[in-house]
Amino acid sequence: MITILVNDVPRPAERGGTVAELLAGLAVPRRGVAVAVNGEVVRRAEWPEHHLADGDRVEVLTAAQGG
Amino acid sequence: MDDRFLLGGVEFGSRLILGTGGASSLHALEQALLAGGTELVTVALRRVDPSAHAGLLDVLERCGVRLLPNTAGCYTATDAVRTAHLARDAFETDWIKLEVIGDDRTLLPDAVELLRAAERLVGDGFTVLPYTTDDPVLARRLADLGCAAVMPAGSPIGSGLGVSNPHHIRLIREAVRCPVILDAGIGTASDAALAMELGCDAVLLASAVTRAADPVAMATAMRHAVLAGRLAAQAGRIPVRHHALASTPADGLATW
Repeated sequence: MITILVNDVPRPAERGGTVAELLAGLAVPRRGVAVAVNGEVVRRAEWPEHHLADGDRVEVLTAAQGG
Repeated sequence: MDDRFLLGGVEFGSRLILGTGGASSLHALEQALLAGGTELVTVALRRVDPSAHAGLLDVLERCGVRLLPNTAGCYTATDAVRTAHLARDAFETDWIKLEVIGDDRTLLPDAVELLRAAERLVGDGFTVLPYTTDDPVLARRLADLGCAAVMPAGSPIGSGLGVSNPHHIRLIREAVRCPVILDAGIGTASDAALAMELGCDAVLLASAVTRAADPVAMATAMRHAVLAGRLAAQAGRIPVRHHALASTPADGLATW
């Protein structure tokens, strides 16, 4: 197992797991979601291929009310 | 009267753009959006909160509005550009309300970072709608970069101070060919009407509606204010005079 930071919260993950697998295990909306890993945007099409490494900082963002 | 509003190559029937920030509930937001008759609505991008009730996008879809993601909370061009790219991936739109804030006291734009971000995002193929100051020169620079509109602040976000410098808003209208959207500072309907009378093509507001005691009533007022202001701007108002000009003819006045 590895540990990644999801929105600043440590979370165990399978070694070699992907962004897509991470999101499947989180209670995230089914649409309107964007992901950055270590400050770099990981596009939706890349989620199944982007493998996470120990210590990765993952931002999972979605729509919120705002002007 | 045919008075189409073209923004980023898209035609809108309404010249009122509403922000979703500040609404007390999604239900209150939905009622206000419908009352305002808006067709373009801003959303922010924030961390997923598993405990929060989702559904903002469902509400906006039901209302049939187009999404305008913003970069609210960004202080640098780098952050704003990254946020814009994330928004494009999340919402499948290349429209972005570009906000690059200078400080948290005024929430006014940082002109230098704003220009940098606008240039990069235009180059990346975004339809860039920058929230800017009421500086006509900065507005022209943004328009020259290829922004789809310029959106000067009437006064600081959420202040309700209205249009602080009407002269500058008019100068901006004269300085650029792209749409001018008065963004921020609107407090009540007369502020929105004034912005339109000054020649703005549309008005973007959030707090004035969402934080009003009766958001539906205020959204309705804003819808009418924008229409009234637009009509007045095109109607050819009378010149301002310093002395009276009788509207009733003196001819035929009885003598005693």
